[in-house]
Amino acid sequence: MRHIISLLMENEAGALSRVAGLFSARGYNIESLNVAPTEDPTMSRMTIVTSGSDEVIEQINKQLNKLVDVVSVMDLSDGDHIERELMLVKVHAMGEAREELKRIADIFRGRIIDVSDKTYTIELTGSGSKLDSFLQAIDHSLILETVRTGASGIGRGDRILKL
Amino acid sequence: MELTGAEITIRCLQEEGVEYVFGYPGGAVLFIYDELFKQEQVKHVLVRHEQAAVHAADGYARSTDKVGVALVTSGPGVTNAVTGIATAYMDSIPLVVISGQVPTSYIGEDAFQEVDTVGITRPCVKHNFLVKDVRDIASTMKKAFYLAKSGRPGPVLVDIPKDVSQQKTEYSYPATVNIRSYTPQTHGDIGQIKRAAQLLLEAKRPMVYAGGGVVLSDASKQLTELVRLLGVPCTNTLMGLGGYPADDKQFVGMLGMHGTYEANLGMQNCDVLLAVGARFDDRVIGNVGHFNSVPRKIIHIDIDPASISKRVKVDVPIVGDVAHVLADLLSVLNSSKQKPDAAALKDWWKQIDEWRGANSLAYKNSSEVIKPQYVIEQLHKLTHGDAFVTSDVGQHQMWAAQYYKFNHPRRWINSGGLGTMGFGLPAAMGVQLAHPGAPVACVTGEGSIQMNIQELSTCKQYQLPIKIIALNNRYLGMVRQWQEFFHGNRYSHSYMDALPDFVKLAEAYGHVGILVEKPSDVEGALKEAFARKDELVFLDFRTDMTENVYPMVPGGKGLSEVILAEDL
Repeated sequence: MRHIISLLMENEAGALSRVAGLFSARGYNIESLNVAPTEDPTMSRMTIVTSGSDEVIEQINKQLNKLVDVVSVMDLSDGDHIERELMLVKVHAMGEAREELKRIADIFRGRIIDVSDKTYTIELTGSGSKLDSFLQAIDHSLILETVRTGASGIGRGDRILKL
Repeated sequence: MELTGAEITIRCLQEEGVEYVFGYPGGAVLFIYDELFKQEQVKHVLVRHEQAAVHAADGYARSTDKVGVALVTSGPGVTNAVTGIATAYMDSIPLVVISGQVPTSYIGEDAFQEVDTVGITRPCVKHNFLVKDVRDIASTMKKAFYLAKSGRPGPVLVDIPKDVSQQKTEYSYPATVNIRSYTPQTHGDIGQIKRAAQLLLEAKRPMVYAGGGVVLSDASKQLTELVRLLGVPCTNTLMGLGGYPADDKQFVGMLGMHGTYEANLGMQNCDVLLAVGARFDDRVIGNVGHFNSVPRKIIHIDIDPASISKRVKVDVPIVGDVAHVLADLLSVLNSSKQKPDAAALKDWWKQIDEWRGANSLAYKNSSEVIKPQYVIEQLHKLTHGDAFVTSDVGQHQMWAAQYYKFNHPRRWINSGGLGTMGFGLPAAMGVQLAHPGAPVACVTGEGSIQMNIQELSTCKQYQLPIKIIALNNRYLGMVRQWQEFFHGNRYSHSYMDALPDFVKLAEAYGHVGILVEKPSDVEGALKEAFARKDELVFLDFRTDMTENVYPMVPGGKGLSEVILAEDL
């Protein structure tokens, strides 16, 4: 089953490689992983999307907690949470397609953030499946590049991951 | 006053009460070695290979309750040390390994003797640090010792670039350490402990399975008291030997691949299993599916939550230091009005004794050829079961584990998890330095001993009177045994041709060597060796070439699918 795990870790050189190394050494899946500093500059927050049986997910949580640089771990999938992913898509936008792409982007609440005479770059935020739907909705042959951040997640309401 | 990074490093070792540092100098650690030279409190032991430095520190740590310390240079110094570090990591041994690194401005430029030390060692350390600022050395060293020893122990590496060891700063050693992301739980949940007590009291066929955690947490006393209070059979893992006295009638021997029949069948058929500081690894329970095919309740005490329900689903997990949890469990049991089910226990012991009757460690002695088991039995007899015994890896290791009955913890020193050949001799050096005057035997084979034979030179330099018990069967015995059982007697590269004359080799290093070829000479040779109190004696026992280790649960099989000597 797919799980989205969020963790706080020391914002130190090598901390990311400890997490990535753990996943490869123990053969766990990583669907996506993102990391950036938090409001406290000494800490980073990482979101990992992974999959596995209940036993594997339990081990992943425990093994992550065991890393000395990891401050706390929360499996967001255990309760109510919100997931968002950011995607930037550069598309070939000429002729009739130029109008059509603008229309579809609007429907998906995307924004065109860069324009050239031949291209649009569209910014889109949402769940992973929404981003997938957008890519399916447009003509595949028009896509020049896509960049996705992978999911970030946060618990709803009182579910707070803090030191 | 301002001190250099090197000076601070040594001051930190002094603050931690470090007695010995095992190491090998090189370019990147020259400033640190210079400071070692200027003081006497921390003694340095010059090994002949960095792997041995770490194994020696490891042996020192295993035989005491202290942190072992090794010091190596950058590049090859570190890569040589990796096997030692991984060995300690697998067996949860507290070490601090200090490594030199190229100057910070050279890092990443493929400088001479540069490797990504933190990267290379990351998967086999509890934690590691690269110290880029001299002001961080003292606090990092404090953290390193704390991390190594607390929680589930393990090796911690501190990588110090050469320029950082040369720079100066104000020095003060932190009195306390606080790592916000690291808070090991020492006391178990009392509710869980009560549940465990209830299960144990209601059990019809209870069993205690205790591992290296008991030794590491110095919990033998509590374990022994608990086992006796409950009147249950107790087995030890390879790492746990000595954690429960082997000559006690409730001890059913070691379990696992080469465990006794009664220990393995007890493990398989019990209805309540109390696992203490053990981790259900593949060499212990064999096939997981087979193990799980029998219903039983499992209570698991371990300081590492990740060890619980990793391979085997557990009913009552208790996270905490084994010694604390066992003490709490004992007080719950002692204050309970309920007593263990005496009638059920009687039946259970009847069954255990029946399995015991298989006498699974029996072997046919010979007057013609030396049986390796006989050598270990004689070693045990001569040393009254009270020597420190280190071992390498293979058949000799299993025979030592089976036939040397350990009554005390920290006496049996072997590489259980990683299975590192070449561990025995350097580990024995650390043990002997920690226990001067105590009998230290290194049980080894002609294959393993050659993996760190150069340490005979270190032994000479520091006058370490280790007794090397080489069970020389001219084969990589365990490999040969598997080839006999599972590879149609095709002995692919398991025969050792062109072996050195170990007697002459020992003599060349300035030691005593004795060749023993007849069973009738075994006892006398051992006596002579141990009578030479101040000398290292290399005993080259020419043992039966084709002796196998029994019982054996073949890899991937279940605990009851055991091969006994009589089956063949």
